[in-house]
Amino acid sequence: MLLDYANVLLFLSVGSFFIVFNLFLGSLFRPDNPDPEKLSTYECGEEPVGGSWIQFNIRFYVVALDFIIFDVEVVLLYPWAVVAQEFGWYGFGVAFVFIFILLLGLAFAWKKGTLEWVRPKVDRFRDTMTRPLVEEAA
Amino acid sequence: MDYALESLIKIAIVLGVIITTVAYVVLAERKVSAYIQNRLGPNRVGPWGLLQPLADGLKFILKEDVIPNHVNKAIYLIAPAAILVPALMGFAVVPFGDTLMVVGREVQLIISDADIGVLYILAVSSLGVYGVVLGGWASNNKYALMGGVRASAQMISYELSLGLSLIGVLMIAESLKLSDVVNLQATGTVLGVLPAWFVFNQPIACLVFMVSVFAETNRLPFDLPEAEQELVAGYHAEYSSMKFAMFFMAEYAHMITASALIATLFFGGWHLPGVDPTDSSFALSVLKVLVFAVKTAFFLFVFIWVRWTVPRFRYDQVMRLGWKYLLPLALLNVLLTGLYLTLNR
Repeated sequence: MLLDYANVLLFLSVGSFFIVFNLFLGSLFRPDNPDPEKLSTYECGEEPVGGSWIQFNIRFYVVALDFIIFDVEVVLLYPWAVVAQEFGWYGFGVAFVFIFILLLGLAFAWKKGTLEWVRPKVDRFRDTMTRPLVEEAA
Repeated sequence: MDYALESLIKIAIVLGVIITTVAYVVLAERKVSAYIQNRLGPNRVGPWGLLQPLADGLKFILKEDVIPNHVNKAIYLIAPAAILVPALMGFAVVPFGDTLMVVGREVQLIISDADIGVLYILAVSSLGVYGVVLGGWASNNKYALMGGVRASAQMISYELSLGLSLIGVLMIAESLKLSDVVNLQATGTVLGVLPAWFVFNQPIACLVFMVSVFAETNRLPFDLPEAEQELVAGYHAEYSSMKFAMFFMAEYAHMITASALIATLFFGGWHLPGVDPTDSSFALSVLKVLVFAVKTAFFLFVFIWVRWTVPRFRYDQVMRLGWKYLLPLALLNVLLTGLYLTLNR
């Protein structure tokens, strides 16, 4: 039983050794002559303007939040899936209620527009405070 | 002691086969793409370009390894390993054959027949996203950061459908052990004629799983994270030499693991219709391994075929497909399967 996981550990160590060995092997042969041009940020030959760690779109964050909710759902459904045939109608009912509640969450996210990726139209003449975070796509 | 030696030999063989396959899938990809586009492809190194992978490997080792000034060095160095290791690790629980008699010992052709095999695969494959995000962030490059952020959002979105699609399969198999899943498919039939493969029992799950796997491996039509035309190479833009090779190998290793999983979970693994699954004579055992290899190779070909046939999605289309179509479809499949099983109890 535990030996199964010892095998996984062994696989991990052999795999990691392979990677380290390859890097080491390369370091014996490869040339090493850096110059300032070579070590600069790659931006297709342009001089980079500003730093790279810029703000990215807030929607990536919202997607990650949605993901966490549903990932927990998936993990909780696994134990039920394995014994679903034994539990019969009772188990099915419980799972159905559980999935239904989470479907409400999906419906909410859908309606709220967090699943939309079309750029929101900015109406400069309207009060920006009353505008929803992401507008419905036309 | 014998057991440890047996495991070590199995691991060495499996890793060797995967690395070799990675090298040759790269060649196969170039050849197939060439023929699809009516070109010849690599044909200078060796007959039919067969030595090309060796030349590529040698070149990767001999190239200068540029570590730019502006990177976050520790994380920059960890990222390639963090993406390649999970890509290889997934294979640890995939049964590549039934059992084989070698010098009087019955060897099970799987590295680790863990009880929670399916859960393990999902856990390990989702670790791959760390390599992408860390590599993209540590490079301190705008293209790399954008690629990393896109990749993470895409991979976590499709992981949901990936996990949910397998629930239907598990409900029928009543086990998370992959050898149990294969054994179940090797016995009985669907509708009296088709083998009891899950592709026939669970067609929706199979479809959702295959699409999600394409997105998880960042392959076309889901290769937004490295979209060449806008992000040059995405998260590995600042990597060179062997470290770049690791990102490259990780993508193909991930493809191999994914193909093996599709074959195992939905197409019967080593099972060939008409061959007695309980017969474990030497010839039949070898045949089972070959059957598994052929099925895996077929799905690898599908990966390549799709890449050179289907154009890239836009990002909003990727997200819409994942959240608005695949996720509800996978949930519906779970409910339908549950209803069917409970009614026929």
